[in-house]
Amino acid sequence: MSALDQDQTTKKSEDTNQEEVVRVLNLYETREKIHIRRLPGFFRTLKRWTWIPVLALFVALPWINIDGRQSVWFDLSTRQFHIFNLTFWPQDFMLLAGFLIICAYALFTITVLVGRVWCGFGCFQTIWTMIFIALEEIFEGNRSQRIKLDKAPWTWNKIWRKTLKHTSWVLVAFWTAFTFVGYFNPIREFSADLLSFTANPAALFWTALFTGLTYLNAGKLREQVCLYMCPYARFQSVMFDSDTMIVSYDYNRGEPRGARKRGADHKLEGKGDCIDCEFCVQVCPTGIDIRDGLQYECISCGLCVDACNDVMDKMEYPRGLVRFTTEHVLEGGKTKIFRPRLIGYGLVLTIMVAAFNYAVFSRTPLEVDVIRDRNVLYRQTNEGLTENIYTLKINNMDNRDHRYAISVTGDVDFDYIGETEVSVSEGNIETLIVRLHADPGIMRRTNADVYFVVQSLDKVEVRAEEESRFLGPRVR
Amino acid sequence: MSTFWNILIIACTVIILAGSWWLLFATRKVKVTGKPGSEDEPQTTGHVYDGIEEYDNPLPSWWFNMFVLTIIFAVIYLILYPGLGSFKGVLGWTQVGQWEQEVKAAEEKYAPLYNKYLSMPVEEVIADTAALKMGGRLYANNCSVCHGTDGRGAFGFPNLTDNDWLYGGTAADIKATLVNGRKGNMPAWGNVIGEDGINAVTEYVFSMSGRDHDATAAEKGKTIYGQFCAACHGPDGKGMTAIGAPNLADGIWLYGGSPEQVRHTLRNGRNGVMPAQKDLLQEGKIHLLTAYVYQLSKNN
Repeated sequence: MSALDQDQTTKKSEDTNQEEVVRVLNLYETREKIHIRRLPGFFRTLKRWTWIPVLALFVALPWINIDGRQSVWFDLSTRQFHIFNLTFWPQDFMLLAGFLIICAYALFTITVLVGRVWCGFGCFQTIWTMIFIALEEIFEGNRSQRIKLDKAPWTWNKIWRKTLKHTSWVLVAFWTAFTFVGYFNPIREFSADLLSFTANPAALFWTALFTGLTYLNAGKLREQVCLYMCPYARFQSVMFDSDTMIVSYDYNRGEPRGARKRGADHKLEGKGDCIDCEFCVQVCPTGIDIRDGLQYECISCGLCVDACNDVMDKMEYPRGLVRFTTEHVLEGGKTKIFRPRLIGYGLVLTIMVAAFNYAVFSRTPLEVDVIRDRNVLYRQTNEGLTENIYTLKINNMDNRDHRYAISVTGDVDFDYIGETEVSVSEGNIETLIVRLHADPGIMRRTNADVYFVVQSLDKVEVRAEEESRFLGPRVR
Repeated sequence: MSTFWNILIIACTVIILAGSWWLLFATRKVKVTGKPGSEDEPQTTGHVYDGIEEYDNPLPSWWFNMFVLTIIFAVIYLILYPGLGSFKGVLGWTQVGQWEQEVKAAEEKYAPLYNKYLSMPVEEVIADTAALKMGGRLYANNCSVCHGTDGRGAFGFPNLTDNDWLYGGTAADIKATLVNGRKGNMPAWGNVIGEDGINAVTEYVFSMSGRDHDATAAEKGKTIYGQFCAACHGPDGKGMTAIGAPNLADGIWLYGGSPEQVRHTLRNGRNGVMPAQKDLLQEGKIHLLTAYVYQLSKNN
């Protein structure tokens, strides 16, 4: 606080003689570890059907080979990105941008419809945090046992439990990092190299880094990634409307909350259905109280729904005091699913997916670059013809070898001097230096358009055309 | 850097670092004021602006620690590396130094490759496609700017793909040209033989390669040629590779073959320079370039 503010404070206190400093707030706090309670239920079971396939896919994919090549392999050294039968090149970078935009749009569309279910069910941060918590449960027991153990002095019991837990975390983190690096560095060779201690230092560095980061993210940071790092939490409210499915507490039904004897008629006591057991708070992976209403911390994982339904069953109350529903329903209305916003998102998404598919499958696996000689503008041959030099780079981006025919068209009749056919092996670039001759008498201007046409001899649709310029002297 | 700017930059850097440090710690806590115990006691930070109250939602402390770490990092960086005014940093790091280090590392890495070819005679190197690819890239980087990407030269820059060599076309000659460079000098004859003489010599030179010419003028030119030109270009016009005097009888014109261009050459002379590469390129690279240039004309 600056001196000026303090002056004003003192002046104020003198004026009223009542105001004074009531407390000092620290604007930063050490995070209290959240120990979540495990309660079975529909959403916890549902989650199994999202994280198991995602995890299995992530771990297994690099081990699958197609035609003797790793099915998904981002080969940075040759800058070729293999995804199943497709091979992408740096030239296809626009497609990656398109793909990411589509992903973002899909996320927005889902958010409009059912809120942040991606966070609760699909996000790697959530999945890895859940795996780490599951390991924690194996070695340290349930919620109350874990809280007790954390407070307990360092006994042998605590030491071996903590050691095993952290060891298991590091192992999972290592496997994650190893798999991730395996997408860039062929995983079969990489694993053999690791076992024989001959892995290259760069791969080792990234494996170590990702091991460390996974351990920190899922072991230590957990929900803080969602709360303080993830931008999605902060702009979700833009996509929400009153018809978006959100995890909500039925305030009208639950309040006033309070403890009661089982079997007693709580309505006579003037109480709502909420028995204030706080199970919904204890199961929450981000440590919030859903009864406070919709909060940016909520990742829509539905664990509090499970917890509350469990309690409602025991109390023999109807389920659904906490449930996935919309603001409209809570206000006594009906949910309107098909609304302009959702239809708009859906339409844009469909168009983008269609355009993306077209762009991916209509790619020509051939790239031709023509570089006009930069140093010699033009030459005059002894025969008096104008000569230009071009460097052709023919990049075969197909998964097979090709033989190409090269020809030239343009404003003027050109004599093409150079190889007319060339073989380029799969994934290689062939460089040709060719010359064009033109009679200066027939050139109307000092320059002319010229098109180099490269046509595969074995596949008709593989054809590329590249424009360049032909320069000559001014005809006087 | 003058002393003034030096001091100014150092002062700005230090003040910003110290100021950031002060700001972090000074705003770490807020004092909430109000009437204790009363109903008006604020539940928030007490900070209200335009009706908006600031709630107490503390950031995690690792966030604060990261701010502090960035300042500590900055201080350590400024001690180790240049950045604080003209202070060079205790590590003595420079951009040039790093570049030299990287060049040295690359040279060490590729030395075995170059040495392998260096031990082979040029005639053997040209049979090695990998060597020719390397030579081609070296050519593109170092030579194509004058001689063209295809090696066919340009006005004043010799064509390397024909068999007309100004200074000899053996591998040893080519290497000598690359290592030490060449200076070709054609003196200006305009004041010596006069405009008539120039016309006559031009006609005679054309007759050497069988081009259309005026026979009488050529007859006159022959005498002048014998007097002034034959010493370098030889009595039959076949040139002299020892001094790089071009062959005039092969129909190849380095500075253009039109009558006016030839007259210009005679009148004003020409100066051709091939820069020496020995200080610019390593021996191994020159060897590969020799091989590449040597095989260019072999294909024709």
